[in-house]
Parts: sequence; structure tokens; C-alpha cells
Amino acid sequence: MSGGAKPFVRQYITRPDIFRAACWLASVLTVALLAFILGEIFLKAWPAFSKFGFGFLSGLQWSPNRGLFGVLPVLVGTAISSLLALLFALPLGLAIAIFLSEDFLPKPMRQSIRFTVELLASIPSVVYGLWGIFMVVPLVQRYGAVLAAKLGFLPVFAGPAYGNSLLTASLVLALMVLPTITAVSRNALVAVPPTLREGSYALGATRWETILRVILPTAAPGVTASTILAFGRAMGETMAVAMLIGNSQRLSWSLLSPSNTLSALLANQFAEAEGIQVSALMYAASILVIMSLCVNIAGEAVLRRTQRSVAGLK
Amino acid sequence: MKRPFLPFAIVLIASLNLGATTAITGSGATFPAPLYQRWASDFGKANPAVSVNYQGVGSGAGVKDFLSNLTDFGASDVAMTDGEIAKAGGNVLMLPATAGTLVLAYNVPGLQSGLKLSRAVYAGLFLGTVKKWNDPAIAADNPGITLPDLPVTIITRSDGSGTTAVFTAHLAAINPDFCSQVGSGKSVTWPVGLAGKGNDGATALIKQTPGAVGYVEYGYAVNNRLAMASLQNKSGAFVAPTAESGDATLSAVSLPGNFRVFISDPEGANDYPIATLTWLLVKKTYADAAKAAAVKAFVSYGLTEGQATAPQLGYLILPAEVVNKVRAALETVR
Repeated sequence: MSGGAKPFVRQYITRPDIFRAACWLASVLTVALLAFILGEIFLKAWPAFSKFGFGFLSGLQWSPNRGLFGVLPVLVGTAISSLLALLFALPLGLAIAIFLSEDFLPKPMRQSIRFTVELLASIPSVVYGLWGIFMVVPLVQRYGAVLAAKLGFLPVFAGPAYGNSLLTASLVLALMVLPTITAVSRNALVAVPPTLREGSYALGATRWETILRVILPTAAPGVTASTILAFGRAMGETMAVAMLIGNSQRLSWSLLSPSNTLSALLANQFAEAEGIQVSALMYAASILVIMSLCVNIAGEAVLRRTQRSVAGLK
Repeated sequence: MKRPFLPFAIVLIASLNLGATTAITGSGATFPAPLYQRWASDFGKANPAVSVNYQGVGSGAGVKDFLSNLTDFGASDVAMTDGEIAKAGGNVLMLPATAGTLVLAYNVPGLQSGLKLSRAVYAGLFLGTVKKWNDPAIAADNPGITLPDLPVTIITRSDGSGTTAVFTAHLAAINPDFCSQVGSGKSVTWPVGLAGKGNDGATALIKQTPGAVGYVEYGYAVNNRLAMASLQNKSGAFVAPTAESGDATLSAVSLPGNFRVFISDPEGANDYPIATLTWLLVKKTYADAAKAAAVKAFVSYGLTEGQATAPQLGYLILPAEVVNKVRAALETVR
């Protein structure tokens, strides 16, 4: 049998390997495309970078009509909206992940819940935005006013309360990153070797003690990776945020005030920008790209280390 | 103002119509886009040999497209700067094609109409110094109306916009504080409020936020049945936004040689205070004679029969003397 296959193998080797060449070409093109996009953004950002330097990052004013470009309020808005979204989504997402990785329910039911949560990722951003406008904005309007009246002495709840605010955007963002957190965390929890669980039970631990003291600590790097990846997604989210955050470039500590994010700023202003404003927006875009790249690389790195260490335990 | 599907529909129809037609394309301001698209459609029915495609992409983008020869004509709410005219090598005419007013639309529960805002008050609203609807300054202009104890939410535009340029130019002209703190332009930093993208985004915010007040184009406010405030003009009278008060404002406009004139603060007793012309940008000489003829025919249609459709869509009819001057200039296009 093997003798008969040999001439075929030789023939295959001596001919040019078209499949391999095509794969090479495709992967080189992908990398080249990313390099081209980055190069183009950095090139267009250069005039603004040479004009404003790093003062751009700490500038408080974004007034295109006066040639003033500073993105500090937008950077703060990006960071706070994403972190707040994680704060809402992490407990919920982790709870769902634990629930789905245990045998509380029969498998078909768990599968359908898992499918439903992951389906949240496939809803277009603009639909989240519309849903936010009709559902979340009125809620934040009503209860935000109560919050501002009762807790307004705290800077984070200072009034006046707006419906389109940092809080509204964060709540919707939390829902949007929920599938990322649930899916990656569940995978990490499922990958915990069953021997650990059995060992824990053998020592007399209850199910909850096992989950909290054995399984979660073992899966912690995977959960961390899910959080970092979700952070990356929240940072880059554009359409829903632009529809809900109020688009104001003013620095405010109140969660009930309108704010802005880098991606929403770009989406709003790029079409009508001219001259140095285009370059300033490209500068903002480069910051967003660098931030997203760093966050995603960090997430991937943590994820890989987890997979290796869990595999090593087996 | 943005009707995102209309341009695509027009492109589709234009691309299907592959007979021996001259196709001309234009892009620019979203403010007059519904009117220009209506003209293109009506003109196309009357003249099957010419197909006109107009896309509302924004004034700045329209000027850029025109300068880089992507379009046969452009449109802008802020005309063109001297620098832009120089980039075109002087080969451009700025032709006023229609005009419109901006209104302050509000959403005050229980108040469907009749709100009056004095010059100091509406400038104060947008500066953030007037914060509540029951502010004594608002109450003083509106005797007999009970205003609620509700915070004012200012609605502005988040994108660069000719509408913002016209509105801020007016506020800067009537209020020195506004001039120094905010200034004027297509994209400014507002001291207060929320911002929405496009006239539709701003309109949606006004509709959903109790206590909101914001600036939108008149036609847009009418179509969306927004309540509109009467504004105090330079002579001190409170004028409601109507076709008549807009016409009064336009009638006083005198056109300079290049037709670039901004109405920052009209003086007549019946004039509505915030209005603007909007311009079509055409070349003085076209390389293609057929295109030159098509552009001339289309603009000429807009200036004559097209004016009659303007009020249906919330725009103003240009005064006869303006139309005559613009048509004379159009005749020089080769």
C-alpha cells in the first residue's frame, strides 16, 4: 500500500505547491493590510502630532472652530464607560459562566441558555443603540433624577441628571460585552481538570466550596483574559455609544452627565472635518488603535498562558 | 435632514437608466438635500435626456468632492472660503439656490406652542446661564404661561454642520459673551447640553427629553411636529418662524458680486432672526459642453419652477431680484 503511494508523493513534492503559496499569499496580504491601515492612520495623524505633541492627550478643549484639539475628556469618557461596563457585566457574566459550567440543569437546557447569551453578540450595535434610546434612556432619566436628588452631594452622582449619559452608555455596553465574558470564562471553567473537582469533593468540600476555592482560582487567568477582551470590545464600540452617551467633550465626574468616547467622536466628526481637524481625528484614531492593540494583546497573552498551565495540570 | 436611503435610491435609478443621457452628479449640504433631490426627480421627469444625482453628504464634504472633480456641482450652506475658491483656480460660481430658517424647537410638558424667547434668554440658554424653565428671565417674556420647575436640556449637534455654523454666527453676532466663550463655526464646544448627529439625531433628542430645547432646520421641525419658539429680533419684536417671517428676512438681503452673504442679524421689524441662503457650486467653464448645458438646465429649473416646491418642504422662495441676478450669472457658465 505504501509502495503504491510513493510515486504520488514524489510527484506532489516536485510540483510547485500551489496550495502552500496561496496560503502564504493570503497571510502576507492580511498582515500587509493591517500595516497599511496603521501606516495610513499614523501618516495622516502626523501633522496634528507634530503640532500638538503629547499636549493633545492632556488638552481639555476640543473646539475645531478655534483650532483647539485636546482629548483628555474623551479619553476619560472612553476609560470610565468601558470600566463601568465591566463592573456591571463581570459579576453577571461570571455568574452565568459558573451556572453553565455546572450540572444544575440538564445539558440541552444549558446549551440553549449558552446559545442565547452568545446570540447577544450577534445583535448589531445600532439595534442596541435604538433599544437603549427607548428603554435605558427613560429609565436613567427617571431614576437618575432621584439619584441626583438623594446622592447629589457625591461628585459621581452630581446633577442635573441627563438621560443620555455615561451611565446609560455603560449599561448598554455591559450587555454588549456580556457574551464575551460569559463565553471565554465558561471555556476556562470547563477546562478545569475534573480530577481537581473530584479531589475537592473527596476531602469533604461542598459544591460551593469547590466552586469558590478550587475551580474559580484555577480558572482565574481565563476569567481575567475574558475581562480584558471585553474591555477591548467596550473601548472600540461606536454606534450604540454615539447614540447614547450625549456626545459632549466636557470633563465631568458625574456618571449622570453626558460624555464622549474616542470612537464616538470619530464617528460623529469625521465626515465634516477639514484641514487640521482631520489630522487631529486621525491622531485620536491612532490612540484608539494603540490602546485596543495593547488590550487585545494582553488578553491573548493571558489566555494563552492559562491554556498552557491548565494543559500542564493534566 | 439626512435621508440616508434617498441618495442610494437615486444612484440606483440613475445607474439603471443607461440610455443616451447626460448624467450629472452633485454632493454637499444635507440642509437643502430633500429639496435638491426633489428637483432632480422632477427635472428628470421633464427632461429624460438628463439625469441628475444629488447626495447630501455635508457641506464640507461637498466642497471637497467638488474641488477634487468628483462631482459636476457642489452644494454648501456656508458657500466657499476664499482659500477654497483659490484651490478651484477661481473656476467656480456660488449660486444661492434656496434659503431656510433655523428654529429653536422645545419639549416642555404642557406647552405645545406660544413660547417666546428674548435675545438675552436664548443666548443665555445656550451659554448655560439660564438653567431652569421657570427662570424669571423666561417668565418675564411669557406672561400668562406657567412654566414648570424643570431643568433645561440644551440639544446641539455632535457633527460638523452648516446648521451649527449659521446658528453660532447669529448668537456670536447678538451676544458678546457667546462670541468670546464659544465663537462660531461648523463645530464648536458647547458649554452645556447633549449633542446628536444630524438634524434627525438632534430632533430625536428633543422629542425624547422633557425640558429639551435645540436648534433644527424649520422644515425638519415642521415635519416632526416640534413646538417652535418665537424669537426676539433686532428691532425687539417677537417673531414666530413661518414662511412669511422668513420671506421678510430674505427680502432685505442685498447680494454682493460673488453672492456670498451671511444673514447674521436681520434688522426689519417682521424679520425672523435666524436664516440663511444655501449655495449651489458650479464651474464657470466645464470641459464637457454637454455637462455644462445639463448643469445650466438643472440649476435654471431650480431657480424658476423649482422655487414653487420649496415651501412644501419647508424652504423659502428666493426673492425675484435675487433669482434674476443668479440667473444672469448662470448664463455665463460655459
